[in-house]
Amino acid sequence: MKELKATMAGTVLNVLVGEGDAVTAGQAILTIESMKMEIPVEAEFSGSVQKVNVEVGGFVNEGDTLVTLGE
Amino acid sequence: MTNTTETTGYNERLEEKLAKIFAGGAPKYHEKMKESNKLFVRDRLKLLFDDENYAEDGRFANVEAEGLPADGVVTAIGKVNGQTVCVMANDSTVKAGSWGSRTVEKIIRIQETAEKMQVPMLYLVDSAGARITDQLDMFPNRRGAGKIFHNQVRMSGMVPQVCLLFGPSAAGGAYIPAFCDIVIMVEGNASMYLGSPRMAEKVIGEKVTLEEMGGARMHCTVSGVGDVLVSSEEEAISEARRYLTNFPANFAVKPDKLEAKAAKAGRSLEAIIPENQNAPFDMYELIDQLIDEGSFFDIKKLFAPELITGLARIDGQVVGILANQPKVKGGVLFGDSADKGAKFINLCDAFSIPLLFLADVPGFMIGTKVERAGIIRHGAKFIAAMSSATVPKISVIVRKAYGAGLYAMAGPAFEPDVCIALPTAQIAVMGPEAAVNAVYSNKIEAIEDPKERLKYVQQKHQEYKEEIDIYRLASELIIDDIVAPSDLRQVLSQRLSIYETKDLPMPYRKHAVTPV
Repeated sequence: MKELKATMAGTVLNVLVGEGDAVTAGQAILTIESMKMEIPVEAEFSGSVQKVNVEVGGFVNEGDTLVTLGE
Repeated sequence: MTNTTETTGYNERLEEKLAKIFAGGAPKYHEKMKESNKLFVRDRLKLLFDDENYAEDGRFANVEAEGLPADGVVTAIGKVNGQTVCVMANDSTVKAGSWGSRTVEKIIRIQETAEKMQVPMLYLVDSAGARITDQLDMFPNRRGAGKIFHNQVRMSGMVPQVCLLFGPSAAGGAYIPAFCDIVIMVEGNASMYLGSPRMAEKVIGEKVTLEEMGGARMHCTVSGVGDVLVSSEEEAISEARRYLTNFPANFAVKPDKLEAKAAKAGRSLEAIIPENQNAPFDMYELIDQLIDEGSFFDIKKLFAPELITGLARIDGQVVGILANQPKVKGGVLFGDSADKGAKFINLCDAFSIPLLFLADVPGFMIGTKVERAGIIRHGAKFIAAMSSATVPKISVIVRKAYGAGLYAMAGPAFEPDVCIALPTAQIAVMGPEAAVNAVYSNKIEAIEDPKERLKYVQQKHQEYKEEIDIYRLASELIIDDIVAPSDLRQVLSQRLSIYETKDLPMPYRKHAVTPV
């Protein structure tokens, strides 16, 4: 189980996966918008999406959990 | 017939003692070392030096004592890539590589030799620290361990100083890596910490693993005290040899020019850079199109990856590259990236390595978290380093360069030898969205219909983009040139040749009050 965390404060621009989806390492999971830039967040390993912890448009702080990945 | 030294055992006695010295510590320590995938110190030197013809000082240190061959450190002078270098290498089979008084004296003397001969100094560290039993002889005195660090600081920027960390560098010993220009750490074996996990548990009640406290990966990704993470000792040594090909023997000599090599085959810059200024792209792919294939030496690759710092060659000419990485945190600058940039600039400037800035930066990060962490002073540290550098400075605006980001990446006010923009460049005090928000917020709020509001905002964005049109900046000589992306590599190669003879006088003062 691994929590993907926000590397910087910003808002959630889009969420590209749903709970239960299988993902491969490097696959784009969601995009954060910060400082007017699109910050891609990628899966660190192959697995499945256990939980999506954010909503599109929501604010996240650096270190907040975005998505929980399982094996 | 008179007796001569040939017949009275002098040579035998010498051979016997040398054999013991070359064997290092007891066999059980060699076994333990092999189990950890570590090499014996003299085997490390075999891989490091060009050949076996190196000189060794102080082999007989502590030979009168039992079981302390060379007092646990080998100090040698040999050639790496044909260049003479001085080396200090701990022997972890001898009392875990710990320092006695003669260990320290040998290290100090090899440093003094490096300074006298003005050649690089390499530290192959693998040591448990001080021998506490010998502390009065090696800790507080004038030629004690502190003198090693005093020498490192004195020699900093005079000759390259490289640390290869194969095992622990504990407590005070951790300062050897700290004062080197670069630290190469072997994952799983190398570690650095002021207090061991055992000490931390006893003295402050914290319970952590060795990796958590000071492991190689932690230092190369989180703390930034490590620069290069490798997976084996062989890789550490080959990377150190490769690193040194970029440097002269000392600060008074310029680095060699090598044979030119073509860039890696790949997509054009036009294909790499997205039309949407806010979309990410991989700056490494762009760099590959500008540099000689295979020449990149990444420094602090895993630390603050939103800024790329590395050495490379363009048509055989060495260059230090700083480039924003839009793929990571949008290429925004943070305190750690500012520190990373400052150290890299200081390294290149010390050894006459020209600097190339590739800018695609939305600015420095904002918000309470970074403000409380002192982003202003970290940014000032970066800008001060760039401003003070007297080596050739080439500034390329690849895409956006907003606010202090422009300044950090050697914008025009900081006297780059040339400031070049690609046609995609957008130089502004801030991006269109933020600027329009700031200037027209009252007017925007006054528009009730959302469709009308959006139309108004988009129109203002368009006007703003026209205002900062790159041709306008070129017309006013704000930037020195606009270059087609496919011409950039050739232009950089030409500029580096032109600036070879740059010679700036140093300002008349003792030294700056450097922001920290």
